[in-house]
Amino acid sequence: MDKKFANLVSSVVPLPIENIDTDQIIPARFLKATTRDGFGENLFRDWRFGEDNTPKAGFVLNNDIYKGKVLVAGKNFGCGSSREHAAWALGDYGFKVVVSSFFADIFKNNALNNFILPVQVSEDFLQKIFRAVEKVPSAAIEVNLEEQFIEIKATGEKENFDINPYKKTCLLNGYDDIDYLLSLRNEIETYETTRPFNF
Amino acid sequence: MGKTLFDKIWDSHIVASRPGHPDAVYINTHFIHEVTSPQAFDGLRKRGVPVFRPAKTRATADHNVPTLDQHLPIKEALSRKQVEMLTQNTAEFGVELYGLGHPYQGIVHVIGPELGITLPGMTIVCGDSHTSTHGAFGAVAFGIGTSEVEQVLATQCILQYKPKRMRITVNGQLKKGVVSKDIILYIISQITAAGGTGYFVEYAGEAIRSLSMEARMTVCNMSIEMGARGGLIAPDNTTFEYIKGREFAPKGEDWEKSLAYWNTLRTDDDAVFDAELTFDAADIEPQITYGTNPGMGMGVTGNIPALADIDEKEQLSFSKSLQYMDLQPGSQLLGKKVDYVFIGSCTNSRIEDLRMVAEFVKGKQKAEDVTVWIVPGSKQVEAQAIAEGIDKIFEAAGFQLRQPGCSACLAMNEDKIPAGKYCIATSNRNFEGRQGPNARTFLASPLTAAAAAITGKVADVRAMI
Repeated sequence: MDKKFANLVSSVVPLPIENIDTDQIIPARFLKATTRDGFGENLFRDWRFGEDNTPKAGFVLNNDIYKGKVLVAGKNFGCGSSREHAAWALGDYGFKVVVSSFFADIFKNNALNNFILPVQVSEDFLQKIFRAVEKVPSAAIEVNLEEQFIEIKATGEKENFDINPYKKTCLLNGYDDIDYLLSLRNEIETYETTRPFNF
Repeated sequence: MGKTLFDKIWDSHIVASRPGHPDAVYINTHFIHEVTSPQAFDGLRKRGVPVFRPAKTRATADHNVPTLDQHLPIKEALSRKQVEMLTQNTAEFGVELYGLGHPYQGIVHVIGPELGITLPGMTIVCGDSHTSTHGAFGAVAFGIGTSEVEQVLATQCILQYKPKRMRITVNGQLKKGVVSKDIILYIISQITAAGGTGYFVEYAGEAIRSLSMEARMTVCNMSIEMGARGGLIAPDNTTFEYIKGREFAPKGEDWEKSLAYWNTLRTDDDAVFDAELTFDAADIEPQITYGTNPGMGMGVTGNIPALADIDEKEQLSFSKSLQYMDLQPGSQLLGKKVDYVFIGSCTNSRIEDLRMVAEFVKGKQKAEDVTVWIVPGSKQVEAQAIAEGIDKIFEAAGFQLRQPGCSACLAMNEDKIPAGKYCIATSNRNFEGRQGPNARTFLASPLTAAAAAITGKVADVRAMI
């Protein structure tokens, strides 16, 4: 896992399906590993491969004309199970950014904790990306975290996105939450002495 | 202005709230299991950091365990390794484990409440999205990812943005044959699988208040299925009666002090929610899902929507879903043949669920070509069922009573529904492949599932009681 997020210009992989849950991203039977590595080969396993493990021709990851570090998906991406393995699988496969018009909360946290940037755009802009890729499959997108914008290079259409300033700093510098929480040790111990009960 | 119950609990757990930073929230109870914890312990080792407050974390093995022959070594090598790793990690870091064979073992969201570990006013997390279950006690409980499991192990805190607050009020009384599972499936079908995203939900109203603790847990359990971070219900006498005398519940003077505090845990009359929704219990029929997310549900006698009734942008996803289920838009599910019945999971595997099913099936026989799996939520539920003779009722009906675990809810172990088969399940997710590759799931209440077990078809339980 790269612990720093760098701005990028990349072609995209379009997946215009809504409510993609984490069971689709990585099915439960592949959650038996005890490390964070190797989940990419089972990313979207049951959409990508048949029961005999042959690639399904209709699925976008099996279509060579779509490549890139940016996955663009329909709204409510990452709903369902809290499995961080979904973020690990996307990262291991090579995605650095996921664009959608709406993200499930736990997935969003998991992605950020793995230095994968979830970019939430308007439904309108999402459709613009899908149309651009439909026209030219290699259409490039620029994702700029410092200035918080996403741009369709061919048309110059651009939209700003939100990110919490703390998380932005973490991503740009490769810091994680545990570094910060460990620095709060004194506050945590003080808090414990102020609570009268065990809750 | 007054505060909501959620705000009261959240605000009293903030350790640090620095400008531009998410809140550092103190966690009272942390549950872990074998699937989402190994990488977190690994992280601690790499950083050279111990578990900060080992007594506040409890572990069990549930997601990946077999539900037959639990006294034998686990056959599947990767599952065995994962369960063994939990045993090693908890021993190394000093965390209490209720592993396979332990009398307290079971699904993490079943054992926390039944052992009296889950208490009102607590903050509770677990690397599992159904941690929202514990909200039934008036706790702020939510699911987290493995990096966050590591945060809690290392510091007993978690960094979180405060969610918005929503109140869902269900007025009136439930009709005959309608149970708490139907309430939550109904709500999700009304507001969609993303309708609660960004919110923490408080459930209120007469229909919620009159539920038992186990029934309340079913409602809070599925909060995540509408996208909510969690759901909670203000504690009351039903809550206190349930907790009193349980293994780890406060006793003596501690009980009195706790009770005094718990009685303050309610939303102030003048508190304002970011969103308020109201439903009428009388509108709720026994529910069933027809699609591949929990929002795709309807009354059991209803018709699947026609394509024309679906928003144009959503038609592709809708069609893909029905194609997976091999169902026609506009058709009815009533009378549809089912192959499997699964009664279990953190949603509906408690003793009341088993009693409800047993009472309904007593003296009846399952349909010939249906396989029925009953998977109790814990060793204690299993023991109680046997003590009450419920096992005999199931046996006589042709049902299989298996051993505790998550089982066919997520099919990580060998409890898989075969490809193309229909399963009516009391669990919480009907996602593609959730119960096994290409398995098809109808979510329903234990009563509606039991009715299908007897008739072999999707049936209206109201006509059978």
